[in-house]
Amino acid sequence: MARSRSVRYFDSPGSRAFDALNLLLLIGLAVVTVLPLLYVVAGSFATESEISSRPFFLWPEKFVTDTYKYIFSTDTFVRALLTTIAVTAVGTVVQLFLTLTMAYPLAKRQLPGRALVLNLVLFTLVFSGGMIPTYLVVRDLGLLDSYWALILPLAINPFYLIVVKSFFQELPEALEEAARIDGCNELNVFLRIVLPLSKPIIATFSLFYAVAIWNDYMSPLLYIDDSRKWTLQMIVRQLTAANADSANVLQQLETVSFPEQGLKFAVVVVATLPILLFYPFLQKHFAKGVMIGSVKE
Amino acid sequence: MATELAPNQVVPPAVPMTGPAPRRKRGGRQRPLWRDLLRYRWLYLLLLPGLVYFIVFKYLPMYGLTIAFKDYVPFLGYSGSQWVGLEHFQALFTGPDFGRLMINTLILALLTIVFVFPAPIVVALMLNELRIRVLKRSVQSLIYIPHFLSWTIVASLTYLLFSVDFGVIAGWLHDVVGGQKVDYVAQADWFRPLIVLQLLWKQTGWGTIIYLAALASVDTQLYEAARVDGAGRWRQFWHITLPSIQPTIVVMAILTSGNLMDSGFEQIWLMTTSLNRDVADVFDTFVYYVGITQGSFSYATAVGLFKGVIGVVLIFGSNLLAKRLGQRGLF
Repeated sequence: MARSRSVRYFDSPGSRAFDALNLLLLIGLAVVTVLPLLYVVAGSFATESEISSRPFFLWPEKFVTDTYKYIFSTDTFVRALLTTIAVTAVGTVVQLFLTLTMAYPLAKRQLPGRALVLNLVLFTLVFSGGMIPTYLVVRDLGLLDSYWALILPLAINPFYLIVVKSFFQELPEALEEAARIDGCNELNVFLRIVLPLSKPIIATFSLFYAVAIWNDYMSPLLYIDDSRKWTLQMIVRQLTAANADSANVLQQLETVSFPEQGLKFAVVVVATLPILLFYPFLQKHFAKGVMIGSVKE
Repeated sequence: MATELAPNQVVPPAVPMTGPAPRRKRGGRQRPLWRDLLRYRWLYLLLLPGLVYFIVFKYLPMYGLTIAFKDYVPFLGYSGSQWVGLEHFQALFTGPDFGRLMINTLILALLTIVFVFPAPIVVALMLNELRIRVLKRSVQSLIYIPHFLSWTIVASLTYLLFSVDFGVIAGWLHDVVGGQKVDYVAQADWFRPLIVLQLLWKQTGWGTIIYLAALASVDTQLYEAARVDGAGRWRQFWHITLPSIQPTIVVMAILTSGNLMDSGFEQIWLMTTSLNRDVADVFDTFVYYVGITQGSFSYATAVGLFKGVIGVVLIFGSNLLAKRLGQRGLF
């Protein structure tokens, strides 16, 4: 009933003009957001001379893959790529394990001491030891220059932990109860009943953690001195950041002639690609995750 | 439970001092600890790894904050190093860096509040007015992308677009403005605009999600009623749409003000050059320079602690303020 009214409303000239302008601005925003990425992809397939001579393009005049051939021929880049993939894979598993195992007992209201542990967790959201004391702990554990330093210090994200805990709390208690009556202990209930029911949330948080590790720049900066152990983000920065010490890195890339500018484009593309490939899943799950996270207990 | 009582203290009858009474009956308080541990052994076992993580990587560093009041010498350790009281804080407050750090941090915070904070609200409201579903979805999908890219990538993109040699935008600006070529990425004058631009590009789209959710939960009957009463589109917006996201705005404002001192280490660090350090240095990056690069662990820890304490004060302060103003607040 209110439909016809509303339609008349939105049809007024002023309203239509607003809609048109609004649409235009939003499309403009979307274009501005993706354009830099498209340009970098195009640039990575262009020749050196095209990059320096043509102002802006989304399709290279001459399509070449030299830059990719070149970066994949260098030890430094390939090593960093493999390191990053391995650290991301192992790190995601470790972080997921720690988050899930801790979230489950915290979801059990009857567990003595639960409130205390929960408060310990929540407090870390407001206050932390900070960079230097954490660095010293990592150092004292002998983790400097170890890949574990890229995984363990950030192993549990307290926000994710709280979200997973809330998810466990919502699971039907009856199922777990039935398993208990059948003689399952809590560990088996967790492994056989709870985890299989939690596949969607496990998928979501694998992505959460994987993206965080893949993108992490601060941890390798703090904890990894040995440039042979650098991750992709370190390489990207060394090559393209404003204050890049590129001469040094390029020397390590053992080379005489190379596509100097195109190389930067290609490295950025390779470091971004996995994120963009997973983006459809990310968008779906992350948006949901943000929403779950915003619900207070 | 083993609280020591003064000999002459009157022990109150078994009235629980803390916690609601029914819990006490059901819970394991009156049972000995070992029976709880036995009964819930599997749950405690599952809890253990995570708990160890929090103790080692969150609470040990908090203990490590004590070195802010000591003269930490690595081989003497935490407890062996000499206490120096507030010496490091005094050095910080009276030293040459404090004013610059404070001003830089505050300017970035101010720019964030003025430009970065409102952006997702505006875009969410615009998206909300967009009635063509497919277009709304597509725009959303595209503007969320930058959120997932690392700061290294964002810094690299900035460099590739603004570089003096071949940067596309730098080239355009040169064509439009003329004059000498400007090295936007390296120069101090352009540091803050670029930081704000990066933040807008990376966070605006993603930031809309929370507001869009609030907008989606508005009861459509409100709009229908307003229309029946003859409210135009603008008045509906002003009297229904805007008030409906106001609590969300307050919560986000509290969170933002709690983070005002956090200038985003990775972003700033990646954009710092030898030419712009005077405007780029903030507390976070300063801690890194002093602590990691120069090895003055105690002084750096003191700087970090100062920043952390301000952060706590800010978040509780703004929460309190929100409550005073009749809002719900965070906690």
